[in-house]
Amino acid sequence: MAAEPVASERRLHPFTPLRRAWVPIAATVGVIVQQGDRAGEWVADLSALLRVLTLLALVLVFGLYGFLSWWFTHFAVTDTELRIRTGLLFRRTAHIRLDRLQAVDVTRPLLARLTGVASLRLDVIGTDDKDELAFLGEKEAVALRAELLARAAGFTPEEAVALGQAPERELLRVSPRDIAVSLALSLSVLAALAGGILAPVFVWWISSSPWAAVVTLLPMLGAVWAGSAGRFLTEYDWTVAESPDGLRLDHGLLDRAHETVPPGRVQTVRIVEPLLWRRRNWVRVELAVAGSKNDVLVPVASRDAAYAVISRVLPGVDLAALAFEGSPRSGSRWVVPLWWKGYALAVSPDVFAARHGRLCRRTEIVPHAKVQSVRLSQGPWERARGLADVQVDTGANGTVTARLRAADEAAELLHAQAARSRTSRASARPDRWMT
Amino acid sequence: METGTTGGTGGPEWVGLPGGLLTLRRLLLVIWMTLLAAVTAVVLGLAVGPAWAAVGGFWLAVLAWGWVLMGRNWRSWRYAERPDDLLISRGVLWREQTVVPYGRMQLVEVTSGPLERRFGLASVQLHTAAAATDAKIPGLVPAEAERLRDRLTALGEARSAGL
Repeated sequence: MAAEPVASERRLHPFTPLRRAWVPIAATVGVIVQQGDRAGEWVADLSALLRVLTLLALVLVFGLYGFLSWWFTHFAVTDTELRIRTGLLFRRTAHIRLDRLQAVDVTRPLLARLTGVASLRLDVIGTDDKDELAFLGEKEAVALRAELLARAAGFTPEEAVALGQAPERELLRVSPRDIAVSLALSLSVLAALAGGILAPVFVWWISSSPWAAVVTLLPMLGAVWAGSAGRFLTEYDWTVAESPDGLRLDHGLLDRAHETVPPGRVQTVRIVEPLLWRRRNWVRVELAVAGSKNDVLVPVASRDAAYAVISRVLPGVDLAALAFEGSPRSGSRWVVPLWWKGYALAVSPDVFAARHGRLCRRTEIVPHAKVQSVRLSQGPWERARGLADVQVDTGANGTVTARLRAADEAAELLHAQAARSRTSRASARPDRWMT
Repeated sequence: METGTTGGTGGPEWVGLPGGLLTLRRLLLVIWMTLLAAVTAVVLGLAVGPAWAAVGGFWLAVLAWGWVLMGRNWRSWRYAERPDDLLISRGVLWREQTVVPYGRMQLVEVTSGPLERRFGLASVQLHTAAAATDAKIPGLVPAEAERLRDRLTALGEARSAGL
């Protein structure tokens, strides 16, 4: 390869310096405000002209910083890599291999939406927040996503550019009403709300000072907000669509996020069934992708609809046909009283599925091809009852545990599972899924 | 290329650890416990009364208990190289068995601290893409550790697979 990069280097959107300058200015203003009286005395001593000049200098310095950091940030797409070159004093070059791509996210925060820009993030194991391309023009971000995915899939550069956005087919759209109802029916949200109301009242009653109540209320409000309204805002208009370059997730009311998970990247699928949802036969589906932060696939949907989406993520897996087998009654009830009934395990030719929990039932499904290592562990109490646990480790730093299996079954499972993951790895699709 | 142990289809061929690790651990235990016993006996004997010096005997009991425990723990460690994966088994009360397929290994590490080197010991640690995989074989003879490392990397390359 030539010393100079062949691919043309590009810069981020010219809006970027504004956003980079904004953060330090806000921080400075914040520090001054926090200093309070002393800063006030200081400012009072200065004449009006001097004040304006100081403000101007501040804006100029940080504006210059923003401009320079934008000027010195370049990115380029080569056949195999996305290269990001950045830094004025401390140079940093990141080469992100496209065939190791786990997911692509395009996010449009509220402010960025107003100005028509978006940020693009490649999820590869080990990437930092720094490797986010913020900001790009909205059209450019979408085109770049399509190009990156096409190149990662193994198309030639000419094809990749010409291919453009792959057509998508909608699989599922969650109505805002369903999300609101599902949140109202989750115990965690209800508990947060109850805590948020009761704690300040309790503090007021104890200290008989309304100010103390307000002081406790403020942080509580943050938590309650994140658990209820915040979740509603991010899960609003949740759309799952399928396209040749992967599964598309679009969601958000104020901040819009567009995530793409290429085929064959999902390490674990988790089906969550909270207690109050069971009458409506609703489930929530979460997924684990190595190096990615997104973990929700479907915030709420009927079981059939959710299974239909999962069948796209794990092709050829029939979830309804999984035969779950509970833990043996005789020993388990002494090891984990009452809750032992929640543990169950199903192994099919394609997946290892373990279930746990009684109130909120969670089923974790790992394709055999994604298993990194298998472990068997057995404590003294379990051994006395003839039981053992089997753990399956996946690449997304997750471990799926099948607890309380009969000891001989577990020993057999350990070796059978190692053999299964070896053979299904051999038939797994390549990293470049179009080749 | 030669692949795997020609052990047939029977059970895995388990290999235990060499005695060096047990000697090292027991030696450390004896040194520390006798030191603690001596200090406790002297301090209590001088400060409270000569009869109290017997409390130092507590550490000797710990020593005896630890001596037996270490022997059992050392005996419980064993590993087996199978045609396609490595098996590690350990633990007396809390037993654990780990299977790591060769194709999943990302990195094989041989480490040896100053004390371990003095006793001619080295550890082999296997890393996969999952951080939860804790496949470590401590207290091997350096030559065996290196042989294992080279064999595992060769087998890993032959069977390598992505995530």
